[in-house]
Amino acid sequence: MNRRNFIQSGALLGGGLLVSFTIPVANKLAALVTPVGEGSFMPNAFLKIGTDNSITVYLSHVEMGQGVWTTLPMLLADELDADLDKIKIEHAGPGKAYNHTVYGIQITGGSTSTWSEFDRYRNAGATARILLTQAASRRAGVAITACRTEKGYVIAGNQQFTYGELATEAGKLPVPEKVTLKPPSDWRYIGKGSKRVDSLVKTNGQAKFGIDMQFPGLLTAVVAHAPVFGGKVKSFDASKAKAVPGVRQVVQIPTGIAVIADHFWAAQQGRKALQITWDHGPGAMLNTAAQTKEYKKLAETKGLPAQEKGDADAALNKSAKVLSGEYVFSYLAHAAMEPLNCTVKIDGDRCEIWTGTQMPGIDQVNAANVLGFKPEQIKLNIPFLGGGFGRRATPGSDFVVEAVHIAKASGKPIKMVWTREDDMKAGYYRPFFVHNVKVGLDKKGLPVAWLHNIVGQSIMGEAKIFGPPPKIDNTSVEGVKDSPYLQTVPDHYVGLHTTKELVPILWFRSVGNTHTAYAMETMLDELAHSAGEDPVDYRVKLFKDHPRHLAALNLVADKGNWKKELPAGRFKGIAIHESFGSYVAVMAEVSISNGSVRVHKVDCAIDCGLPVNPDGVKAQMESGIIFGLTMALYGELTIKDGQLQQNNFYDYRIARMNECPEINVHIVESNEKMGGAGECGVPPTAPAIANAIFAATGTRIYNLPIVNHKLIQKA
Amino acid sequence: MININVNGQNHHIDADPNMPLLWAIRDILGLTGTKFGCGVAQCGACTVHLNGEAVRSCVTKVSRAAGQQVTTIEGLSLSSDHPLQLAWQEADVPQCGYCQSGQIMSAAVLLKENPNPTDEDIDNAMSGNICRCGTYIRIRSAIHQAAKMQREGAKS
Repeated sequence: MNRRNFIQSGALLGGGLLVSFTIPVANKLAALVTPVGEGSFMPNAFLKIGTDNSITVYLSHVEMGQGVWTTLPMLLADELDADLDKIKIEHAGPGKAYNHTVYGIQITGGSTSTWSEFDRYRNAGATARILLTQAASRRAGVAITACRTEKGYVIAGNQQFTYGELATEAGKLPVPEKVTLKPPSDWRYIGKGSKRVDSLVKTNGQAKFGIDMQFPGLLTAVVAHAPVFGGKVKSFDASKAKAVPGVRQVVQIPTGIAVIADHFWAAQQGRKALQITWDHGPGAMLNTAAQTKEYKKLAETKGLPAQEKGDADAALNKSAKVLSGEYVFSYLAHAAMEPLNCTVKIDGDRCEIWTGTQMPGIDQVNAANVLGFKPEQIKLNIPFLGGGFGRRATPGSDFVVEAVHIAKASGKPIKMVWTREDDMKAGYYRPFFVHNVKVGLDKKGLPVAWLHNIVGQSIMGEAKIFGPPPKIDNTSVEGVKDSPYLQTVPDHYVGLHTTKELVPILWFRSVGNTHTAYAMETMLDELAHSAGEDPVDYRVKLFKDHPRHLAALNLVADKGNWKKELPAGRFKGIAIHESFGSYVAVMAEVSISNGSVRVHKVDCAIDCGLPVNPDGVKAQMESGIIFGLTMALYGELTIKDGQLQQNNFYDYRIARMNECPEINVHIVESNEKMGGAGECGVPPTAPAIANAIFAATGTRIYNLPIVNHKLIQKA
Repeated sequence: MININVNGQNHHIDADPNMPLLWAIRDILGLTGTKFGCGVAQCGACTVHLNGEAVRSCVTKVSRAAGQQVTTIEGLSLSSDHPLQLAWQEADVPQCGYCQSGQIMSAAVLLKENPNPTDEDIDNAMSGNICRCGTYIRIRSAIHQAAKMQREGAKS
């Protein structure tokens, strides 16, 4: 990396500069959740060095597959001068010190962990290194300039101390307000990468997830939820359930009836034996067919302006040619492999919770509210998350609150476990969306008018944790309103109709970009074909003021041999989309047989700025591509009379090994601002596949999933 | 009482014979490396070996394991050094990690029966295991790598 450019980029602090910062010192709360230990050194909430020479790093963000268990400690280890493989890592419990540096609450989401912690974790390591060096200088009686650190030691003159030997002394020194961070040339891990440090326990069964909680006296709870969204229990008879061997108790809670038993199997058998009469409520009127019709009608009208310039209607009327598309996107379930679960133990005026969560602070408050406790009376422990994808960041803490209600009602420590069916049917989906798009072209085939109306529920409006419902929810229109293409269109209008439904919705890996990228990138492909131009060349023209888009697009076209003719029966498609500050281009190669598509190969290029852990970035692109492929091929939830029609993986399909294409990820060498990696691989994948299908069949797919379409290769 | 041998140890289990082996392993024996993902043999997270065959323990009655040998991920190797475990770590396969016990247990049977699997063999053996993180291409390469390690180990 060119260091001069790196410093000039401005977005990244460091490079040997003297940096001022404020970093939360281990406060009372952090001390509560992370015992400091006699003589230990905890200069801030992120790091503890024990007299036994142990180094513990506390993670403000949780590990759910994306690799922060490795990446955040890498940042700290580089500045601390410590070996990554000797560092012990723990999820921090809830604590203000761990609030997101941008969002202001404790959350893992928005593909922000690495860049938002880039300075904080480096500063945390550097602070400790300075204090340890000062302690060594005093101990050895040599000048600070005669001291240096190396892999867990301070070398002071001709003496050498382990960090542990200096911990107690360093802990007594005042924490500096300014530290000097290392120049990139001195980085050992950052930008070079590391193997994941959680691989061993994730290959031998030792990794503990929430569902693996065990302690004497812990019972398992299974809950019967209302079959219809918003339904309530009218009456129930638990006598048969209570007769099931192993069932201990049946309790009513606000969200249904909980069966508590010695183990999961008994609880599940007990639930089957429950007799419940439900009050379905108005949710029973919900039907996907009617919703589709209604949303399509609304999308034909202008919504509230999210982005507007000139007069799109007039310009459309004057256009040489108009292309249009009406896109329908289903509700989608996150379907993380670990079904939702939560363990709760209430003991007098204390409550302890174990759950895999992306928002521990919010969960702590919501749990406290159920019990009439103060948040600090709740100790929340976070094991590994068996996938998250947004589902474990619920503003209302649905699965935590439910478990607390069960523990409260039963008076017993319980582990609430949802079945796959519970996990799929209980809601919190990617919202249902319809887009209506009309694009006017000039005689050269370039877009001169763009009218784009979007209809759907508002994630931010229903989440409520980031303030009152916004008039325009950016997560409904992101990827359209800020599209680089629109900036080239003199007359455009992006409108939003925000709807309300009883179906609970939530952010879902890449959020609004899951649908906006599809509408934009398949429409762009239409425009290119209409202009008789190559889809890459056409985009290049529109990207003349967007170098990062251009860099990703050119790299994937080059590495994927876009211009090279494919063998007979193979077809390719391309798409590019910016999300979460990263620019990702995807090229898909497909064939068609027996009415369906096979994706053989995917090339991907990403510009995320500095890739802190390059192989981690690649892994996230592979992951996002498979997630996007699943969404494109199979992603569909339907509702009939208020009931979700899908149950399990047999009717909510997830791509499997035999459907996995060859994937090649290429990282753009970039000194630009850092972006995220966890989500940005998802958005361009579905449109790249759909564009390849068009190349093969001549048919445009406006309604996902692709599996609903019988594909026929054109003659 | 049902007698089963899990990872070389005999256990007497007091359980409903219809209880799936999965819950006997997790909730009664306390071995949590074997995971619950779907309950209907669709995802493979619960894969264990029953007398050396890969079975989905979520739909296998505990009574079927009576008097038989069960191996879970905890018993696959003595020190986490089965060629698959080593290859998995080398290729940085796991992401969230939840499905990986099942993936490795399925792959272990494949490698035992077929020391040199092709991509198609891997497709056939591994398509019963879902990974929502989409680690499939790394699983594929790790299986090839482990097969190589196993073959080279066998030669020496």
